[in-house]
Amino acid sequence: MTERILEVENLTIDIPVPSGILHAVQDISIHVDRGETLCIVGESGCGKSLTSLAIMDLLPKKAIRQAARLELADESIFGISERRMSDIRGNRMSMIFQEPMTSLNPAYTIGDQLTEALRRHRKVSRGEAKDRAVFLLEKVGITAAASRLGQYPHQLSGGLRQRVMIAMALMCGPDLIIADEPTTALDVTIQAQILHLLAELQREFNMGLILITHDLGVVARIADRIAVMYAGQIVETGSAAQIFTEPLHPYTRGLLDCIPIPGKTQRGAHLGAIPGIVPSLVGQMPGCHFASRCPLVDDHCLAGAVPLFDHRDTNRSIRCLRADNEDTQKISQEGVA
Amino acid sequence: MIHFALKRLGVAVLVALTVSILSFSMVYLSGDPALALAGEGASEQDIENVRRVYGFERPIVVQYGDWLVRALQGNLGHSNYLKADVASVVFERLPTTMLLGACALAFALILSIPLGVVAAIRPNSMIDRFALTVAMIGQAMPSFWFALTLMLWFGLNWRLLPISGTASWQHFVMPSIALGYYVTPAVMRLTRAGMLEVLSSDYIRTARAKGLRPMTVLFKHALRNAIIPVVSLSAVQFGFMLGGSIVIETIFAINGLGFLVWESILRADVPMMQAIVLVLSIIYILLTFLADLLNGFLDPRIRVS
Amino acid sequence: MTDVTKSSGASQGGSILSSGLDDILEPSPGSLMRKRIFGHTGLVIGGGVLLIILLMAILAPVISPGDPYDQDLSRKLIPPVWHESAKVTWDHPLGTDLLGRDYMTRIFYGARISLLIGFAAMMISGLIGTTLGVLAGYFGGKVDMVVNFIITTRLSLPVVLVALAVVSLIGSSLTVVIWVLGLLIWDRFAVVMRSATQQVRGLDFVAAAQSLGCSTRHIILSEIMPNVANHLIVIATIEMAHAILLEAALSFLGLGVQPPDPSWGLMIAEAKGMLFFDAWLITIPGVALFALVLSINLLGDGMRDVTAPENRN
Repeated sequence: MTERILEVENLTIDIPVPSGILHAVQDISIHVDRGETLCIVGESGCGKSLTSLAIMDLLPKKAIRQAARLELADESIFGISERRMSDIRGNRMSMIFQEPMTSLNPAYTIGDQLTEALRRHRKVSRGEAKDRAVFLLEKVGITAAASRLGQYPHQLSGGLRQRVMIAMALMCGPDLIIADEPTTALDVTIQAQILHLLAELQREFNMGLILITHDLGVVARIADRIAVMYAGQIVETGSAAQIFTEPLHPYTRGLLDCIPIPGKTQRGAHLGAIPGIVPSLVGQMPGCHFASRCPLVDDHCLAGAVPLFDHRDTNRSIRCLRADNEDTQKISQEGVA
Repeated sequence: MIHFALKRLGVAVLVALTVSILSFSMVYLSGDPALALAGEGASEQDIENVRRVYGFERPIVVQYGDWLVRALQGNLGHSNYLKADVASVVFERLPTTMLLGACALAFALILSIPLGVVAAIRPNSMIDRFALTVAMIGQAMPSFWFALTLMLWFGLNWRLLPISGTASWQHFVMPSIALGYYVTPAVMRLTRAGMLEVLSSDYIRTARAKGLRPMTVLFKHALRNAIIPVVSLSAVQFGFMLGGSIVIETIFAINGLGFLVWESILRADVPMMQAIVLVLSIIYILLTFLADLLNGFLDPRIRVS
Repeated sequence: MTDVTKSSGASQGGSILSSGLDDILEPSPGSLMRKRIFGHTGLVIGGGVLLIILLMAILAPVISPGDPYDQDLSRKLIPPVWHESAKVTWDHPLGTDLLGRDYMTRIFYGARISLLIGFAAMMISGLIGTTLGVLAGYFGGKVDMVVNFIITTRLSLPVVLVALAVVSLIGSSLTVVIWVLGLLIWDRFAVVMRSATQQVRGLDFVAAAQSLGCSTRHIILSEIMPNVANHLIVIATIEMAHAILLEAALSFLGLGVQPPDPSWGLMIAEAKGMLFFDAWLITIPGVALFALVLSINLLGDGMRDVTAPENRN
């Protein structure tokens, strides 16, 4: 019996800009179970970071958030007061950000910043909070943890800082962790370590994890389920196995063609690229968002908004009129390749 | 930190020496100092005597060295007009001006920091516009005119406050406002800009993501960082206010350094002018040095490195 | 979509966040310069008021009701026309001063002095400060150290006091006041130009000019200066306002413009004794000074917003 940690239904984010309304995120529905890793994949600007901020209720002031359901462990967290929301943030769900270099306050020690969340949400003594901080710093692989507590962020490297951020997110033992491109700003060698660490901790503490990334290599290694986003919408969701072995949406296929797969991609062979550019999300867009870049596009695609269809495979859905047809799949594979 | 402090101290000493050269050379600004001292209509012989008594016939470098050594020993010369030791007069008047400056700075900070913070929390709101307007008006208002206007309304029309002298704390209210008001725009703008920058920083988002209370985010995480440059600005502005007190002190008849320097200028009492320029400059240099240290202390990136 | 409740998201409660999404939220660069200028209230008001004062100064001999130096003790201390007094006359719309000189005329001619001193002192300080700042910013290293030292030294001197002392020792005249102020208030020019030049120096087109073998003089004048000019305009307005206020203070203390010339600061000083009896003698030149300085500041702020909107706040 799996336990549903997060349920998001029809999340929409609009941002008023001088030239109109930017429909940054449209009709997103996702869910995460305990012990499950959901990866949200997409290129920059597709709305994946906004989605994560919207779940935490940390959107910029201008943004307008709408949702049919936003529940954390069967309890609605939509439209609740800032006060109640702040009781939840950092406590039952926490977030790890992209920029470890700037995400820690330069004026306070690591120890202070680690313990303050715990002391905000739990009745613990300073000593107990400190013990927990040391325990978690060791968990995230920081040596001489006790002595690190007195150090300031500028004394640590980027990789160490991100480990501290992870420890910080774990302080209150959350049900859900949202990691927004946690490795993008780090050296390639550190990236793998941090991801490995995240996956390990998620298993050990049995949390739900949402990992937001544009790096499919990352996804392949730790995702249970994947949601692919394009231009503010989810275009395809399914289990990691389903998506990697049988991508259906032309965009997903394009993405997978962009990464080399060891053993499969021939040395010297051309990696794919998706032609065209992401459309502007300001104003209404009739038809499929991917139409302008899609090899399969036909008149139906441009006629009206394309809904997210349930696929015949369980737990799988796709936003495409053409991809689920055997013939077009054939054509598209030739077309894309 | 020690290295940082020593470097700043070295610069401070060099600047102080340069300032001492500048204030020493004030004697020569009006031409031949012996001629000026002897007074109009003095005979050639009188002038020659003055020159010898004061040592003006020696090379300038020697004169400066002599002056500097005496100044370092606390001997800033003798005022012919007051028939008194310059240093003792200056240090007798200094506390009044320091008190006025401190009151003015306190007034400025109490007004401008909360305004700047509120303006930054709600950019483009009514409060923000109000704060910017206050800053704009403050920067455009001549301090002496503002002082006279305060005097007219609070002193005469409403009879709320005494208009001159230093007899009670009430006497310091109007001068502090008149002196401090000119400083508020700069402090307010810096606080606002600092808060705006800090509030949009990643670590504030982290603090909010931790579920900290808005007040904790605002004061512990944001203001703590935004206030660092305000500290040095305050020290700098305090120095400016000591210099600017000349206008306010003459208007409100406050017996401080500013009033003394104005009197000395009218009497062409050069040693007194030299001494006050030197003392105020050195106080300013000390203040900025202390502000640098305080900055280093408040900013761990400087303190721990 | 059913049961959609609307929430303004984080704007509820004490929200203070704006994330790194500002780039999407910024207006497109399509807005036109003209629209920016005329859509900017502060700039329009500041420019308008300054233009009026400028016209007052230029046309003073034509539009003045009298002569700024003509004394008539029999007509002294006539209040301005809005006062309820039997003495009020439209011959002297702003009344007359202690010596019976027409106040409006003196205000008009006073504008000339303020603008002249403000502009000239600003030009001198601008020349000194810009030279020092650009040299320090461009060459860096030892030059930068020396310039920094000069700036620090200058900042440690109390401006009003040194100006007063020097003017009193040399003897006061319009030229002396201009030079003393000009030589004292270049610090902001130097500080801003230094950092602006440092930024520009690192850009590719400067490196390109250097690699093409352009002379340093050419690079500074044709590559650097045009790109720091918008800062220059803003500082120029600030310092002009600063110089005007300093001149007024100096004249108020009796060591700036000398009687019988009509400086606004001096006019306030002359009427100081009448504060409790004829406050308008002080109010009128005070308002004039305030309006002039405010309009220059508004103009400067507006220009900064218009030329570099990304630098707002």
